[in-house]
Amino acid sequence: MRRSMLFIPGNSPNLLMNADVLGSDSIILDLEDAVSPAEKDSARILVRNLLKTFPYDNCEIIVRINSVDTEFWKKDLEEILPYKPDMIMPPKTSCAKDVKTVSSYIAKLERKLGFAKNTIKLIPLIETALGVENAYEIASADPRVAAIFLGAEDLSADLRCKRTKEGTEILYARQRLVVAARAANVDVYDTPFTDVNDDEGIIKDAAFAKSLGFTGKASISPRHVDPINTVFSPSKADIEYAHQVMQAIEDAKAQGKGVVALRGKMIDAPVVERARQTIEMEKAIYGV
Amino acid sequence: MTIVRKATSGTSDSSDAFVIIEPSETLEINVESVVFNQYGKAITEAVRKTLKELGVEKASVSVKDRGAIDCVIQARVETAVIRASQEVKK
Repeated sequence: MRRSMLFIPGNSPNLLMNADVLGSDSIILDLEDAVSPAEKDSARILVRNLLKTFPYDNCEIIVRINSVDTEFWKKDLEEILPYKPDMIMPPKTSCAKDVKTVSSYIAKLERKLGFAKNTIKLIPLIETALGVENAYEIASADPRVAAIFLGAEDLSADLRCKRTKEGTEILYARQRLVVAARAANVDVYDTPFTDVNDDEGIIKDAAFAKSLGFTGKASISPRHVDPINTVFSPSKADIEYAHQVMQAIEDAKAQGKGVVALRGKMIDAPVVERARQTIEMEKAIYGV
Repeated sequence: MTIVRKATSGTSDSSDAFVIIEPSETLEINVESVVFNQYGKAITEAVRKTLKELGVEKASVSVKDRGAIDCVIQARVETAVIRASQEVKK
């Protein structure tokens, strides 16, 4: 289950040590934008040591490496991969070739380290106009790709427009990524909401992302984790309805009926699939 | 590794350590820490262990600790050693 992903600066020991108690389903240990060029070596070694020492049992570990057009990305992978992060996030992914470049270097390291093939997954960060246009190609480029993620700050710079809370300027990009991800059968994550102090704004932005079909949302502030988790969790009413749907299906099977109705509405395959997904989330969240 | 120049790493932030390493004819480790009484010995040992693992036999190492755990101190020492020993890119 991955509703929320929290960015943690890779050169900050205090934040790194406490990252897994902040409630996020995933943490993104950031070696890229949160770290100045002069400190890339320092952050890489620090993150490596923390991964070696801390179990981080409560959450999934994602490491955002530096992009393939820098001198840093290979060393990032060489230091980090032995400690088996769950996923690697290559930033500024603009085409399938960017995905394959990272994937094949990871494959080389997996063989060297004796890991099973495709142990380390990828979540490419799409934050350029070209990346948005190539979203399906990126999402389906490699079996390692488990999700794609929209980065609106860099994207709006590439689009030469202002980034706004309303998000009109990124609506096309949001929808394109959702469609591409679903077509490629991978998950898709929305861009962080950057006003740390706007408690109503984060809920509205997360709810909008959910309504478009996003799997979850990233954040740059621990303060946003709970609202994101709440928005992307099924409500009690959703869970109750999901169980009623599955019960109605079971009852219909027992009675030899092919057509099922619940509360006056026909239950077809998409409704059953949504109910099944809701029940899976219920199990993941509440352990029932 | 041989220390050929002065280098630093880390910060003065809480839970971090600021490390300065310089060339020396001997091995000297100087620790200042907000928790020196409780952990001074352990910090010195963590530094010594890291230097040994990296093959550093001669250096002057100064650590200003702000409550860093061992793996953070070791990371900062390792970074400073690498910076103090590698060739400068032209």
